Amino acid sequence: MKKITFPHMGSSHIAFSMLVKELGHEVIKPPAPTRKTLTYGTKHSPEFACIPFKVLLGTYLEAIEKGADTIVSSGGVGPCRAGYYGELQNKILQDIGYNPDFVIFEPPLKSLSDFMSKIKILKGNNSWIALLDIVRRTWHKLIALDDLESEVNKIRPYELNKGETSKQLKIGQSMLDEAQSMKEIKEARNEALKAIRKVKCLERPEKPIKVGLIGEIYVVLEPFINADVEKTLGELGVQVDRSIHLTNWTRDNTLIDGEKGVKKLARPYLDQLVGGHGQNSIGETIHYAENDFDGVVHLAPFTCIPEIVAKSIIPKVSQDYNIPVITLFLDEQTGKAGVQTRLEAFVDLIKKKRLGEVS
Amino acid sequence: MALKVGMPRSLAYYTYFPLWNTFFKELGVEVLLSNESNKQVLDQGVKETVNDACVPIKMYHGHVKDLMEKVDYLFIPRLVSLDGEETVCPKFLGLPDMVRYSIDGLPPIIDNRLDLRKGKLEFWKFFYRIGRKLDKSFWKILMSYRAAWDKFNKYQSLLLKEYSPQEAWELIDKDQSRGDKIQQKGDITIALLGYPYTIYDPYISVGLLDNLKKMNVKVLTKDNVPSVDLLRQRKKFAKEMFWYYSNQVVRSALYYLEKPRVDGVIHVTAFGCGPDAMVDKFVELECKHSGVPFLTLSLDEHTGEAGMNTRVEAFVDMLKRKRG
Repeated sequence: MKKITFPHMGSSHIAFSMLVKELGHEVIKPPAPTRKTLTYGTKHSPEFACIPFKVLLGTYLEAIEKGADTIVSSGGVGPCRAGYYGELQNKILQDIGYNPDFVIFEPPLKSLSDFMSKIKILKGNNSWIALLDIVRRTWHKLIALDDLESEVNKIRPYELNKGETSKQLKIGQSMLDEAQSMKEIKEARNEALKAIRKVKCLERPEKPIKVGLIGEIYVVLEPFINADVEKTLGELGVQVDRSIHLTNWTRDNTLIDGEKGVKKLARPYLDQLVGGHGQNSIGETIHYAENDFDGVVHLAPFTCIPEIVAKSIIPKVSQDYNIPVITLFLDEQTGKAGVQTRLEAFVDLIKKKRLGEVS
Repeated sequence: MALKVGMPRSLAYYTYFPLWNTFFKELGVEVLLSNESNKQVLDQGVKETVNDACVPIKMYHGHVKDLMEKVDYLFIPRLVSLDGEETVCPKFLGLPDMVRYSIDGLPPIIDNRLDLRKGKLEFWKFFYRIGRKLDKSFWKILMSYRAAWDKFNKYQSLLLKEYSPQEAWELIDKDQSRGDKIQQKGDITIALLGYPYTIYDPYISVGLLDNLKKMNVKVLTKDNVPSVDLLRQRKKFAKEMFWYYSNQVVRSALYYLEKPRVDGVIHVTAFGCGPDAMVDKFVELECKHSGVPFLTLSLDEHTGEAGMNTRVEAFVDMLKRKRG
């Protein structure tokens, strides 16, 4: 039996834990990132690796301490660096003196046989049909988790007691954690959504302040890294729409119809894939502007190349479409208070803009 | 009056200058180079670029500013893939757009795309489109294209004879393309690894190349490795990097470490360089593995000569003592 761990990314670990457990392996749950994770990670990472690299490496080290012997992660084809992480992290771990099995899933289109051989490692003695069923349930769990978070962002700005919505979200997530069968997942999802909607609210303004959250996927999804941007904005009375969910690359997002549309929007400004979410960031800014959002918060890890390209072009987009954009580059030095101050100022600016005091 | 095309003296200029320059010249277009990198150029660039960009990108913006009022066209090609497999760093991919939306009042930009992943003919198509943009005839373009490659091949063979790019350009201009192989002399040999636009730009690298030579060190770069030998290193990777220039650095590192062929390795990187975060660690681990001393020099717009020299001198002294 393998003791498997995997990257921690937002709340997705709830679904992936089930996947690993049901395949018959022991799960070493990746601990939620903390100061300690960052210290571990930065100590052994290259200085200019981006924050996701450092957090992942720290997480792996913590999980290895807890007994993990196999790490499952994803690869990629670039030109974003993330596709090379597993390779280098493996080398670093071996240099420190650890020797875990590193299973890196490359996109099946690149090499199908490689992909299948790695699936077989994890599949164990399960039949293919059982595997398919487990994957399907994991997928639905991921979708349910995303649904909860989207709902919370709509309720939180108007909650009467601060923190109430976040509390309900936690309860909902632990309910989903326990759900196993399709039916249970569905029930847990509906019940959690109901509980979230029941949170006592103030009267909603006629035209709520709406802000889009864009940028690199890891820093957008991981609250520890982005100083809990969604919550901070929500508590400032702002309705947040997150452009990226873990599952939206296959299912149609209600707001953005697939990635293609976003890339098309970006084309007049950047007609070239630059890797990561660089081109998306530009397209999404335009998208939010066209859908009457009041502003855009753009998150990126420090030294992230695709987002640096995006950042140099966004001011022009912001000017052309008359939508305020704030770009925050995040790293291990980022403090919560600093981010909060800047977001408060940003929201103030949006309010003044509405009153016509600034243009 | 002949058209004037401005070519910023930075980034891919250090790889392709003879090719581009000859092509435009043969077309009957005047090529205007920006000033050599200096403080003023860099300061102008820093003002226009996002602060998170690396120093070569900032320098490039400075060169563009230096040229913009003097020329009819700016030559800022969109280089996507230069070997038909990997792409170049994302900043190259978005370069024409970054420049266009960062600096106001630019002349028209020649921003044709060069993506060799689409096939071998792309290089010709790239030049053909540029030629057509400038209203030149098919024959004229074809002739210029051939002349350009002719020069470029000569230039590359000079590099293999251990000339530096600067020296090779001068030799080519004087049509002395058959220079003898220089026998660089030195007490020790160092592999100087890094991207051509950092190690060959004397301002960005604060004169590192010359200083090393003054210290009686034989300096080898990735340009001195025959391309066949570079390609041969590929099988040593589990997975290749995604960026053209980074692969060149890693492959040349593996080549020099093979026997090992050098006494030490210096890796020059720009502050905040994305791909180099991976490359640097990779090379460091490989050096550790082969027992070759390794030094990283991280450069930015504040790098001072004294600080750099102290570190390089200490490293060179250490290597000389190790040799005995």
